[in-house]
Amino acid sequence: MKLMKTVLTASAIVAMMAGSAYAKQLIYCSEASPTHFDPGMSTGGNDFDASARTIFNRLVEFEHGGTAVEPGLAETWETSADGLELTFHLRKGVKFHTTSYFTPTRDFNADDVVFSFERQYKEDNPYHAYLGELQYDYYGAMAMPAFIKEVVKVDDYTVKFVLTQPNAPMVANLAMDFASIESKEYADALVAAGTPQNLSTAPIGTGPFQFVDYQTDATIRYQAFADYWKGKVAIDDLIFAITPDTTARTQRLLAGECDIMSYPNAQDIASLKANPDLLVLDQPGLNIGYMAYDTTKAPTDKAEVRHALNMAINKPALVEALFGTGNAVPAKNLIPPTMWSYDDAIVDDPYDPAKAKEILAANGVTEIDLWASDRVRSYNPSFARSAEIIQQDWAAVGVKANIVQMEWNQYRVDGAKAGRGGAFQIGWGGDNGDPDNFFAVLFGAAAIGTQNYAMWNNPDFEAAIKAGVIETDPVKRTAAYVKAQEVMNAEAPAFLMAHSTIYVPMNKKVLGYTMDPLAMHRFDNVDVAE
Amino acid sequence: MLQFLLRRLALIVPTLIGITICTFGFVRLIPVDPILAMAGERGVTAKRYAELVIKYGFDRPIWDQYFIYLGQLLRGDFGHSIVSHRAVVLDFVTLFPATLELSFFALIFAIVIGIPVGIIAAVRRGTWLDQGLMGTALVGYSMPIFWWGLLLIIFFSTTLGWTPVSGRIALNFFFKPVTGIMTIDSLIYGNWPAFFSALRHLILPSIVLGTIPLAVIARQTRSAMLEVMGEDYVRTARAKGLKESRVVSLHALRNALIPVVTTIGLQVGVLMGGAILTETIFSWPGVGRWMVESIFKRDYSVVQSGLLLIAVIVMVINLFVDILYGAINPRIRAN
Repeated sequence: MKLMKTVLTASAIVAMMAGSAYAKQLIYCSEASPTHFDPGMSTGGNDFDASARTIFNRLVEFEHGGTAVEPGLAETWETSADGLELTFHLRKGVKFHTTSYFTPTRDFNADDVVFSFERQYKEDNPYHAYLGELQYDYYGAMAMPAFIKEVVKVDDYTVKFVLTQPNAPMVANLAMDFASIESKEYADALVAAGTPQNLSTAPIGTGPFQFVDYQTDATIRYQAFADYWKGKVAIDDLIFAITPDTTARTQRLLAGECDIMSYPNAQDIASLKANPDLLVLDQPGLNIGYMAYDTTKAPTDKAEVRHALNMAINKPALVEALFGTGNAVPAKNLIPPTMWSYDDAIVDDPYDPAKAKEILAANGVTEIDLWASDRVRSYNPSFARSAEIIQQDWAAVGVKANIVQMEWNQYRVDGAKAGRGGAFQIGWGGDNGDPDNFFAVLFGAAAIGTQNYAMWNNPDFEAAIKAGVIETDPVKRTAAYVKAQEVMNAEAPAFLMAHSTIYVPMNKKVLGYTMDPLAMHRFDNVDVAE
Repeated sequence: MLQFLLRRLALIVPTLIGITICTFGFVRLIPVDPILAMAGERGVTAKRYAELVIKYGFDRPIWDQYFIYLGQLLRGDFGHSIVSHRAVVLDFVTLFPATLELSFFALIFAIVIGIPVGIIAAVRRGTWLDQGLMGTALVGYSMPIFWWGLLLIIFFSTTLGWTPVSGRIALNFFFKPVTGIMTIDSLIYGNWPAFFSALRHLILPSIVLGTIPLAVIARQTRSAMLEVMGEDYVRTARAKGLKESRVVSLHALRNALIPVVTTIGLQVGVLMGGAILTETIFSWPGVGRWMVESIFKRDYSVVQSGLLLIAVIVMVINLFVDILYGAINPRIRAN
């Protein structure tokens, strides 16, 4: 009987799909399976592509192709004079998805906003720890608990964020994927039914696409949400075809099995560009690959030694060998040139192996640990390769580098432990287009033990980044971050490697796709030529 | 036969116990605090740590811990992924049919081509045909699967366009799985285009996965045939004036197949666990790929329980092969 029912329901679905033969379909070949569909608990770009950017909206949204913030589920917002209250005026008439597993009885309102944030900071909220040991990592990583005192409903269409201190990047933070707005009505219904975990496997949002089906490790299917508050999008059926092997993904694009793909091999870029059926978009990424020196342990505790180690490396040659011609820009600052407050006046350490050898010999530096891992990142296609090249450059100045190799997850945990020593290769992709997201997150003293792999604590730098966060005047913020760059340049807590270019190859029939500096793959503004 | 069967069934219990001891010991052997391993690298608060110690019984003696683990397994609790919090059994049941379908077609390919190749090589022993076939088998056995798979994709899929690149079925077919086996499900829905699409998608992965078993089966068939064809009763059959083809197919092959069946049984175990590379190249959503990705993600719950489930399946399959062997081997059947 159950089988019969399944067959009949499914036949109906097949009939429906067959009937919509003229529906516009877009197939995106993604690089990994999503862990689940709750953006609050995710940290990977792949997860966000599959959930936050298709199914959900946020109070404010990043503009397509840029990092400026525009109205989302909030139409307007204002900050109080003392900077401690951020009030959002919510959009009316926004609908949630209606699916086979949920029918909403009301529109989006302030209750949904309050729920979406309270579940992340209130320990007694039924959704605070609803997925075993999984936590709201991004909420913590963006230091939200320290800055947000509480989120308060003023009335059905007004929400107030009460802060502990002024925080200029806060609005940009609320455009990030972890701040996606969930349906409180749906969440309550799931708790009542005893199946709260369904929030992460059968999601409901207000976004341009609604969830249809996920076949584990194979495909994710979405359908355009007809009542989307911005108007129904052009694509009717969106399919993510999960293809982890990069070569296979490229072959699928070439064979026409997918229309657009993520993260091609650097070696394939030239041939993809030459293909008459394909279009390859590119943009400098909001990212940085670097090598953090342990500033608390000899021999890298002296700035002189760090500068010497930097001078021994032929940076342009390294970048060329690692990324291929034209695929990356050698870095002299932590933030990329496309970001506001970038200081072009900074002068990088020159390539001077003779002088480097002299300084290193004078300081008795003969050996150093050099850390590398296995994961391919947008800011470094091969840690092992860059380690080998740097090892050679350092050998030429009399310093033997011992390569410490480790699996990616363990790497990031062990690399942050006190007493690590040596040079640690890592990188970063920006979250919200704000310089604080680079400087404070990666080199601020508060991040020692987590992301501050240089264990760096410099009072001048700390003062600069503090000013950057508290000031709301852009001129003053820019001055603060210029100062931060000057201090970093003088003290050299790291070897800054490169900002890589992000490529997105697609079939020429895909129209309107915009490259995203935050490396998001968004399809709400995409159309497909017939 | 009955005695053989009973003896064989009785072996299941110690085998299962051995498997559970291995998977139990796995988490305790890796160089990470097992509680942190169970919780994932996010780290846990001191309070939660204490709770987990009690839940997994790490404060108890090792035998107590083993019995707690066995108790959980017997209750059907195979744990949750520490990355997605989905039940391990749920993922396994969803993904296993894909591996089963692929392994089945790979085995059919290996048997349908491998056995005739072995027979021909044996019958034409010493000729260029024999050398050529066995040489090709050796090449097949030695080839890196990844390279072979990508080569086939680039040639047949991208350049010639004869076969799809990857996946289980064309993306415009969408139906809720019934058995999880695409070919069967499409027939259940009566969707012939979907059925043929699923078959087309099976061609390259089956060839790639089946290449090594094919080589092994071919060589094993050849040696078994050679051995049997040297036996007295075969000489007698020829002396009786029987046609050579009848001698080979009726008298020699039936007996030669006995050791080949055992080989095939072993190959099934290899296929189950070894589809990893093939599944990765062809984006085939099976348990091989699932296990490997879980290892990279340090998802110890999945690795531990996935290991157990796969081992049980391989054990069951080997049991069937042993029973089949007992049924076709007249020496055992007669008892």
